[in-house]
Order: sequence, then structure tokens, then C-alpha cells
Amino acid sequence: MALSVDVPTGLLIMALVTYATRIGGFLIMVWIPLSPRVERFLDALSGSVMVALVLPMALSGDLAIKLAIAIAAVTMLITRNVVAAISASLLAAFLLRSLL
Amino acid sequence: MDGKDVIFTAAGIRRGLAKMSPLALFVIPFGAAFGVAALEQGMEAWAVVVMSATNFAGASQFAVLELWSSEVPLIPLILITFAVNSRHLLMGAALAPWMRPIGWPKTLVTAAVTTDPNFALVTAARQKGERDVGMLLGAGLALYTAWSLGTLLGVGLGSTIGDPRAAGIDVLLPSFFTALLIGLWRGRGSAAPWLVAGVVALLAHHLIPGHWHVVLGGLAGGLVGALRRGA
Repeated sequence: MALSVDVPTGLLIMALVTYATRIGGFLIMVWIPLSPRVERFLDALSGSVMVALVLPMALSGDLAIKLAIAIAAVTMLITRNVVAAISASLLAAFLLRSLL
Repeated sequence: MDGKDVIFTAAGIRRGLAKMSPLALFVIPFGAAFGVAALEQGMEAWAVVVMSATNFAGASQFAVLELWSSEVPLIPLILITFAVNSRHLLMGAALAPWMRPIGWPKTLVTAAVTTDPNFALVTAARQKGERDVGMLLGAGLALYTAWSLGTLLGVGLGSTIGDPRAAGIDVLLPSFFTALLIGLWRGRGSAAPWLVAGVVALLAHHLIPGHWHVVLGGLAGGLVGALRRGA
């Protein structure tokens, strides 16, 4: 398992693997017919990926991150404006980190 | 929303650039932090810049740094890169039906700069009727430029740059995704998939080494959605 490559080869292989993950989903969907069930899967997939990204970030983050996420959620619920939500959350986190 | 009326215009690209630019500004110090960390790991400057320009995938680039020396162990390199970036597979699959009408050449280019923030932005916009795929490309180009420029700055300035956390990217990304998720919420239909996605992601995050939690959580939520009747 001690197979090693030089730096240029390593860079090339890494770039190819990353790009493969970027186009792989599109290629997979060429072979999967778009049935109502598959559509429901993909529909739920988008939000689920975002939940799976954000929740571990939220729970493993420091107090400022947890506060910022809560402020973003509340601001978004009130204003329905993404820029307002992330501005408020950044400000809150900045203030908290300055105080602590 | 998945129809033949999807378009791909320069105006869409400009709109994506404009919408993502504020967040992309915060990606610059993140890229700089990667440049500094990579130099400290002993990577040569040219290799750091090439890695950012050809991968545009911060999490996986940070993850492989510890492997890096004058020789790179091949199997761990492939496994770590694939594990951290495998979430792109799900994003591509989710976007594929929407983007099918624009054809492969544009898809292959747009996919190269598709990553979490512009995927999230466009997913939320699609729900409000967005039909211009150019927006996904434009938003991706804003992020790509920021990431590459940031890396260049980090490599050029070295450790004179401070802690990237001070710039707030660690706060900004989860807040951004949270705000978009609230825009994406569709009442009780979203509850079961998202709850399962969250629980599986957390369990995987704690129990399974190697960054698989986004893929496992996303797949679990998607399956719950697929098993629902009607919806």
C-alpha cells in the first residue's frame, strides 16, 4: 500500500478525482430514468445535503457560530432576505468574539 | 421547475456573479489561509496555486495537506479527495434534470465550478422559479476567482496573514446555508427528509472517520423523500 507518486502526478490525480465527483452526478442521471419516485428523491436530496452540511458545523462550532446560525434563522424568518440574515449573523458573531 | 424552458444567458452569469460576490469576498482570506497552511506543510508555491486552481475544493485541499511531501501516497490521496468531495455527486444528480436542456458542453464547464454555496443559492432560487443556469456558473466563477486569488495572496504573503477565523468564513458558511434552508422549507413535506438527513449526518460525523457525513445524510434524506407517497 506504500504506492507513492511525485507531486505533479499527485496534483493531476487529485484534480481528476475532484472533477469526477463534480460531473459524476450528471453522468449517473443519464442512466437513471426520471420516474416520479426518482424526482421525489432528488427533490428531497437538495435540502438534505444542505442540512447534512450545516448541522455538524453548527454543533461542533463554538458559541459564536451557534449564535450566528440562530440569528441567521430568525432574521431569515422575519425578513426573508438572505443578505440581511448573514449580515446580522456575522455582526452577532463578531460582537460575541470581541467580548469573549 | 424541471422543464424545457431552462435558459443559459450572459445576464444570468452576471446575476450569479453579483449575488455571490459578497460571500466570495470572505472566501479570499479562506484561500489565503490555505496558501499559508500549504506552504507551512512544505508544499512548493507553484504546487499550492495549481492545486487550488485545478481543484477549487477547500475542504479536500486542507484534508490532503498532511499527506503531502516530495512524494504523495496514492491510495490515501484518492480516498480522502473522493470522500470529502463525494457530496458533489449528490449536487450534480440533484441539478441534472434541471440542466439537461442546456447540453453537455455548458454542463461540463458549469459543473467544474459548482460547489456548496452556489448549489445552495441556485437551489433556493429554483424554488422561486429561477430558470437561468448561467446564474450557477456566474456564482461559481465568483467563488472560483476568490479561492484562486486568495491562495495566490496566501502564497505571496505567507504567514504575515493572521487567523482566517477572524475573517468570519467559519461563521458565514453555516449561516448562509441556514438562511437558504429556511427559504427552501416547504412545510411538513420537508420535515421527515431533513430530520433523517440531520440525524444520519450527525451520527456519521461522530462515528465514521473521513468526511462521509454529508453524503450519507443527503442520501438518507433523499430516500425518505422518495418513499413518501404523493408529496
